Amino acid sequence: MDIFITILQILDSTLRLATPLLLACLAGLFSERAGIFDIGLEGKMLAAAFMSAAIAFVTGSAWIGLAAGIGASLVFSLIHGLASITFRGNQLISGVALNMLALGLTVLIAQGWFSQAGRTPTLIGDARFTSLTLPFAETLSVIPILGPIYKELISGHSILVYIAFLMVPVTWWVLYRTRFGLRLRAVGENPAAVDTAGISVIWLRYAAVMICGVLCGIAGTYLSTSIQAGFTDNMTANRGYIALAALIFAKWRPWYALGACLLFGFFFAIDNRFQNISLYAWLAIALLILIAALLFFAARKSRLDMFVLGTLGTISAAIAILIWTTNGLAGSVVIPGQLMQSLPYVLTVVILAGFVGKATPPKAGGEPYIKER
Amino acid sequence: MSLMKKMLGAAATLALSTGAMLAEPAIIFDLGGKFDKSFNEAAFGGATRWAEETGNTFREIELQSEAQREQALRRFAEGGSNPIVMTGFAFADALTEVADDYPDTSFVLIDMVVDKPNVRSVVFNEHEGSYLVGMMAAKASESGTVGFIGGMDIPLIRKFACGYVQGVKAANPDAKVIQNMTGTTPAAWNDPVKGSELTKAQISQGADVVYAAAGGTGVGVLQTAADENILSIGVDSNQNHLHPGKVLTSMVKRVDNAVYAAFTEGPGLEKGFQVMGLNNDGVGYAVDDNNATLVTADMTAAVEEAKAKIVSGEITVHDYMSDNSCPVN
Repeated sequence: MDIFITILQILDSTLRLATPLLLACLAGLFSERAGIFDIGLEGKMLAAAFMSAAIAFVTGSAWIGLAAGIGASLVFSLIHGLASITFRGNQLISGVALNMLALGLTVLIAQGWFSQAGRTPTLIGDARFTSLTLPFAETLSVIPILGPIYKELISGHSILVYIAFLMVPVTWWVLYRTRFGLRLRAVGENPAAVDTAGISVIWLRYAAVMICGVLCGIAGTYLSTSIQAGFTDNMTANRGYIALAALIFAKWRPWYALGACLLFGFFFAIDNRFQNISLYAWLAIALLILIAALLFFAARKSRLDMFVLGTLGTISAAIAILIWTTNGLAGSVVIPGQLMQSLPYVLTVVILAGFVGKATPPKAGGEPYIKER
Repeated sequence: MSLMKKMLGAAATLALSTGAMLAEPAIIFDLGGKFDKSFNEAAFGGATRWAEETGNTFREIELQSEAQREQALRRFAEGGSNPIVMTGFAFADALTEVADDYPDTSFVLIDMVVDKPNVRSVVFNEHEGSYLVGMMAAKASESGTVGFIGGMDIPLIRKFACGYVQGVKAANPDAKVIQNMTGTTPAAWNDPVKGSELTKAQISQGADVVYAAAGGTGVGVLQTAADENILSIGVDSNQNHLHPGKVLTSMVKRVDNAVYAAFTEGPGLEKGFQVMGLNNDGVGYAVDDNNATLVTADMTAAVEEAKAKIVSGEITVHDYMSDNSCPVN
């Protein structure tokens, strides 16, 4: 039963950690499906995190904060749209510039406004999105297995978490079941064809970029007014870039994006829970051999993969032998914290290189559309 | 002749004003920022106290990036500031480079040792202060499990952790301590979201008192502890006021006293190695209106007794940095 509770708690933490990634990932999905690459997810989240916390503090309402956060993110989106759609600039450069702008501007404004080292004051009461207890969470908790799952895992999150997970089917429906979605996808693959059909490429791309802004705004707001109670300097801590990695991993598809973000969230949750995990030597060896075997399996796919994964596999096999010879089979091994911390990133490399196969971005991605004359 | 007089007069005025400039001390705040509610804020408090009491002014800068360390040091030294105080271990490399170039300037480095003739290195016995708050944590805990969340995984933070664990075990030998470090890069000082998640992970493992020695990340730790209705322990500055009734105590490092002393002694301050410990009130635990109800008489008695024994040498708290290992965990 203890193990069951532990697993539940880790999954619970996974949901919390995956939420900002998922929102940012879906944001990127809309934008990139329409052919606008967006490195600036991080910057938009950061701007939204600051603005929502600041306005929520001033007004005392988390919902007004959310609106302000989305507003700030939309302003950044518009700048990105203006630079890359209207003026046909380089989308990557515009995105990077926006990230830098957000990093500096948030702290500068926060310092001028609140004079607390680039922070906002701590939010209290209604200025925060507190966790919701779903109906019957207490009464149902007596039911074995399902009760605790409902109470611990599904209930007790902030409303923004539910919005984030609801966005996955919504995104799928919009992209694959509506006329707008069809056109949006088309504009990322072949904008000339869309133009020929008499539909405005510019307008569609702006719409995609604005949707991206709204979703990033919710993601940023979640960070500063839900899990935290205020904005701190650079609080997104590269989550925007991880969301981009998840997007590629998910091959620009909404349900895959959910899976990718949950996987990343799960890795981070494991890292937080078991920083200094101590295993029996035989277990450690078994795991390492499993990793090595997987790597070699993956290695058969292509030459470059074989090189990267083969090296990783050899290293893990070597570590396995080293553990065996030094500790014997009965002793326990303490896996160092650094290894656990690097695990999400190592696994990302492995998965991206080995298991995703060929990730094909939208064909017209990154290319500004120029109408033929 | 009159022109000559005027020029001489101007030169004299200039010399005088430069002389006044020379006496002006300077302080450089580390990346955490002047109002980090922690280490740097304590340093700023000491400098402000000196300025208010003497009516003098001081120069200051908040660093924004690693590259500015040496630049800021040289700017102040060339501008005639003396002494120059730096808050934070990360200045050691920059100061080692710069100190020899300005032999007449006195430098004060807090939290790290640089062995140069014009440098005063102030270090704190954080392990002693952490020992005391560890005892309080063990006594306040009902579950017998307490937590520690460090910032960046460096020996200095391990020193906090090691002293804390020793204190916990001294008060309750059966107690369990869960230890986490936020990360291995300087970003670990500024990730309150991860601080929150680590706190939740520790709570789910049974911890009901959590000690945060993690700079800005600690803001998230204290916040989550208050949200989840458990106790937390602040660090460096007195952080009891952040969540009244939820912060058990704070392990205070009197960085303000170190800065105040340096500014008061002026350019001719004594160089070398200075240790601030329990014996000279360099470290301690904070009790004020915000946590008075949490600290029981039994706790105070035990902690005061331990403090007296540490000062007299009857109890020795092991210093992690002396041999890079901790006897208990």
